[in-house]
Amino acid sequence: MRLQIEDVLCTFCGCLCDDIKVEVDEGRIEKVRGACRLGSSKIMGHNRIKSPMIRVNGELKEISYEEAYRRAAEILINARHPLLYGWASTTCEALKKGILLAEEIGGVVDTTATVCHGPSIIGIEEKGAVGSTLGQIKNRADLIVFWGCNPSEAHPRHTLRYSSNACGRFTPDGRKGRKVLVVDVRETRTARNADRFLRIQPGTDYEIISALRMIIGGKADSLPEDVAGVSKKELIEIAEMMKSAKFGAIFFGLGLTHSRGRYKNVDNALSLVSELNSHTKFVIMAMRGHYNVTGAGQVLAWSSGYPMAVDYARGAPYYNPGETSCCDLLSRRDVDAALIIASDPASNLPRGCVEALAEMPVIQIDPFENPTTLFADVVIPSAIAGIEVEGTAYRMDGLSLRLRKLVDVEYPGDVEILQAILDNVRRLRDDN
Amino acid sequence: MKAVMISGRTLAQGAGCEDKMSPLYINEVSCCYLSEEDYRALGLSDGMNLLLTSPHGSAVLRAGVDRGLPQGMVFIPMGPWANMLTGTDTKGCGMPGFKGVEVEVTPTDEKVLDIRELMLRGR
Repeated sequence: MRLQIEDVLCTFCGCLCDDIKVEVDEGRIEKVRGACRLGSSKIMGHNRIKSPMIRVNGELKEISYEEAYRRAAEILINARHPLLYGWASTTCEALKKGILLAEEIGGVVDTTATVCHGPSIIGIEEKGAVGSTLGQIKNRADLIVFWGCNPSEAHPRHTLRYSSNACGRFTPDGRKGRKVLVVDVRETRTARNADRFLRIQPGTDYEIISALRMIIGGKADSLPEDVAGVSKKELIEIAEMMKSAKFGAIFFGLGLTHSRGRYKNVDNALSLVSELNSHTKFVIMAMRGHYNVTGAGQVLAWSSGYPMAVDYARGAPYYNPGETSCCDLLSRRDVDAALIIASDPASNLPRGCVEALAEMPVIQIDPFENPTTLFADVVIPSAIAGIEVEGTAYRMDGLSLRLRKLVDVEYPGDVEILQAILDNVRRLRDDN
Repeated sequence: MKAVMISGRTLAQGAGCEDKMSPLYINEVSCCYLSEEDYRALGLSDGMNLLLTSPHGSAVLRAGVDRGLPQGMVFIPMGPWANMLTGTDTKGCGMPGFKGVEVEVTPTDEKVLDIRELMLRGR
């Protein structure tokens, strides 16, 4: 029987669009409507890992789930300092289990945020952020700034649902009633659709933000005629554009966090927004990439007090980005086993970190094969959250939403898998 | 030619990023984009490859044009190829420098490696 399911949540990016329609026939997803290309690709599904596997003589060999759980537990027990990494593309409930496991084995829990918006979180810890919900921006903002982000390609429905092109209660004209400013080092698709594009040189965000802060603070006279390749005249025009908005919103991306300055760029942008609030209403928000990277930070924060890179080796949570973060642990060879869940560090980390990962036993929990599978010693296929199991995820503005289950599958969910590994860890410990 | 490398998301990279062993993803993330001026200056044409070398490593990628790029900048969709050129230093905050990497760009006859060859290179 063909079934149409409405108001499905898309578990791809931080927009967590909740208006998708999915047609299911005989327990299979046949059609997706309303999602972007990225979301459709995920919801429609593709090649799955079929069975749990362990590596024997260099080759992956199929085994049972029970054997995989036991082998994973053995690896974690035998490790001196294991890393439990990923979490951004699974549910909050899964991370809660992961934290219990990390406490049990004295491991480090780190999320993909540390190579994404981790510096944004550090900046917010230092400075505080003037935030809002996406709904407030949709309904009120008349100036949208995209700084170092490209929603046209990374968050394709963001502009239409929440920002520049959305029609809201006090913004009935949508795109026509708004100004859009894009700040970037290259002219992206987003920049081509802006009212104004400010092109800056790579690694100069901090200088540009500082100059804008000086102009907004009435100290334009002290500025040189040229700041990091941008004329003072242009910066004054941009500052005026910001000050004259009734409700401005800055969305910022990895252009700030991946560049020279990292969290200090974000720190400075937060100060700019704080100072703009002396003149008008302004808010700022990070464009979170994975659908539950915000939730992963929330769960870690309410469990340990810290939002990422939490080391449980000392018996109490310890947090020090640059020391307990994934890249640093791997490049210093300070971890000796890894449980990788809902992520692909082999593709997303610098080569030097990938080489370190390849040297240690790796447990992978994921629905799909990816380059991390090439190094994994235990591979455990899982059900896809929001499609095959339910759970909780947080949208990029911090709103928690309930993911739905659309179809039945035989794969266990991440919660079930982590509980089984935890049970095996406890049983093996008792046996010894 | 010396250039600054930045990496970032693209639509095709995103659409393929949960099916990373697929040709769609691999083709997208093994491409290096240059400005029209730099593409012409290097004498490139369809199907030609580039060798990119940074202080941290090297990789062969297919060359393409992105009219939004200024001269002296190359763009690689985020993924294993861009990360061959990225260092591990996080400046004490957990984040490597995925953008703003200085690279040397040279046309080459070497082929773009298969994902398995790339990942297992040197092992």
